[in-house]
Amino acid sequence: MDLLQDIALNVQSGYTEKTRKAVEQAVAEGIPANDILHKGLIAGMNVVAERFKTGQMFLPEVLAVAGAMKAGMTIVRPLLEMTNHESLGKIVIGTVRGDMHDIGKNLVAIMLQGAGFDVVDLGTDVRADKFIEAVEREHPDIIGMSALLTTTMVHMKGVIEALEKKNLREKVKVIIGGAPISRNYAQEIRADGYARDAATAVDLVRTLLNSTRATAAV
Amino acid sequence: MRNRFTTAALDSGALLFGTAKFPLTRRGVTIGGGSVIPEINFTLPPMDVEQGSMEEVKKIYLEMIDSVCRRAVELHQREIIVEFELLPEMTLNPVWGEEITALLQRSLEEFLDRDGLQSLLRITPVDIRETSKPPRRREGREVDTLFDAFRRCARAGGDMLSIESTGGKEVTDPSIIAGDLRGIIFGAAILGSADMEYLWEQICSIGKETGSIPAGDTACGIGNTAMILADQGYVPKVFATVVRAVTAVRSLVAYEVGAVGPGKDCGYENAILKAITGFPMSLEGKSAACAHFSAIGNIAGAYADLWSNESVQQVKLLSGMAPVVSMEQLIYDCRLFNAAVNKGSAGDLRDLLVDSDALLDPQAFILRPDVVRSLAKAIVAEREDYGRGVRVAWEAVRLMKDAASHGELLISDREGSWLERMELELNGLPATSMQFVSEETERWSDAFDCTQYLVETHA
Repeated sequence: MDLLQDIALNVQSGYTEKTRKAVEQAVAEGIPANDILHKGLIAGMNVVAERFKTGQMFLPEVLAVAGAMKAGMTIVRPLLEMTNHESLGKIVIGTVRGDMHDIGKNLVAIMLQGAGFDVVDLGTDVRADKFIEAVEREHPDIIGMSALLTTTMVHMKGVIEALEKKNLREKVKVIIGGAPISRNYAQEIRADGYARDAATAVDLVRTLLNSTRATAAV
Repeated sequence: MRNRFTTAALDSGALLFGTAKFPLTRRGVTIGGGSVIPEINFTLPPMDVEQGSMEEVKKIYLEMIDSVCRRAVELHQREIIVEFELLPEMTLNPVWGEEITALLQRSLEEFLDRDGLQSLLRITPVDIRETSKPPRRREGREVDTLFDAFRRCARAGGDMLSIESTGGKEVTDPSIIAGDLRGIIFGAAILGSADMEYLWEQICSIGKETGSIPAGDTACGIGNTAMILADQGYVPKVFATVVRAVTAVRSLVAYEVGAVGPGKDCGYENAILKAITGFPMSLEGKSAACAHFSAIGNIAGAYADLWSNESVQQVKLLSGMAPVVSMEQLIYDCRLFNAAVNKGSAGDLRDLLVDSDALLDPQAFILRPDVVRSLAKAIVAEREDYGRGVRVAWEAVRLMKDAASHGELLISDREGSWLERMELELNGLPATSMQFVSEETERWSDAFDCTQYLVETHA
């Protein structure tokens, strides 16, 4: 069997040790790190993401798979860094000021990491200035904000206004989510997107990054 | 001082809405004395809560209480319960919570004087101890502020004291996501119970000091998190069901240190707690769909002494503002409950509520009266929290397997394999609490601060 296919299948099955060994073998055989990442690890995770989205897998099973992905990434990442490989994308994520709910935000972070994105999690009760600091420090492609309360969702708008004031708004996309949030609210506060759950958040991030890169390429 | 229940107060025949073994009476309102009373809760529309908006906040609360009471009077409802669930800002600034409590109580008294509408006010501060990371649960500014909020709100007119406490959540959150039953037993039954014992001793003491009723808690942050994730297909429903069963061990502790009910609405473990304690309970189901979805819309009503909408924000619907809509729905639900009681048909209605849900979802199945009774017996058969958690988890798995094999519960093959997985996990647990706590404290050492729980980890 093709070694890259083998890696993808091991990732899909959540076989951490087999994934690690297959990736090591691929590196030893001189397969480019970029191919190992995209045609092996991410190809496997994409199958898993689709299964999860269509209700064929539960999250704990996805987490086991994410462990295998992580094992492979540990080997591939240093090689990618040496080849000036472009990151799949970096997302800074947090629950807004006054809100201590974090399980939804954590799920989004887990799904994004599983899909190969770099995630910087700011935690809960994150004030606008902390988001700004993180944007200046981390240079993310996207910031994601979460809120569960009607009285804290209003702080999302404050973060967007703070980004505008600091002339950072054009440099970063903003996505939002949480129980009281809707697509209309996202439009109202000029966010770039709204995701109703963790699985669709991954799709949204991919769509936004693809459109950003397509625009940049033009 | 914790007095552990060693027997269950009610058998399955006596488990019925509107009737508790130990009803509760305050200011002319009896809870669990033969009728179901609506419990309404409402919250603000999207807005910032800060010093500058407090006048507007109060105005909206006044509009909400006035409009729901008016609708209750128009529909000839004689008794209502109002829950004021403080927002985080109102707990962090207890004076704000106190002022709104006073405003709500004044309004309720006006309706009593003018229209004869009897009412009680439940106040529920937020567990702001989570503000610090890792949470400081027994010391520090947040703890002092939380108890200050309880005290102030009680003195300002809060008849009943409740909280959705979050002890153990540092461990249960990741355990739910990972489908880790061992972590659930540690987070809920060990850490959760230890925190409940501390927290509810304080709340009961405030109750004594102020004359307010120490009502009860809910494992919302554990059981309902699992339930909602199961509803979204993230975790198996059978796993969420076992999580619910284990939460009963932790929520029971409030009553073992002095709470007397009514338990808080979103604790579906309240069915089991009613069977053990005999205290009245609040529950919510189909008429709480304004706040969250569930698979137990009817069956939860089988145990309700108070019937709640959970919470609804002040937004306009076609008929009127959402809290008024909720009030009307709850009143009609309660009329049906109470008409059944008056006709001697309460048992029949209870059975219909149970039969209409129990087959379709394991989370509904474990609210079947015979199952509730079995789970209650499993808990009181053990003295230690570890033993209780393990035994009730085993019982929940066993009952689901048995029901599925007899066609009394529909579960998919994927779900069925999780029953096997949980059996394996339970089989691998250590024999003693001491060993389990020691192992789990080590495993979760990065996730929580064990000094905040004071659980014994060494012999």
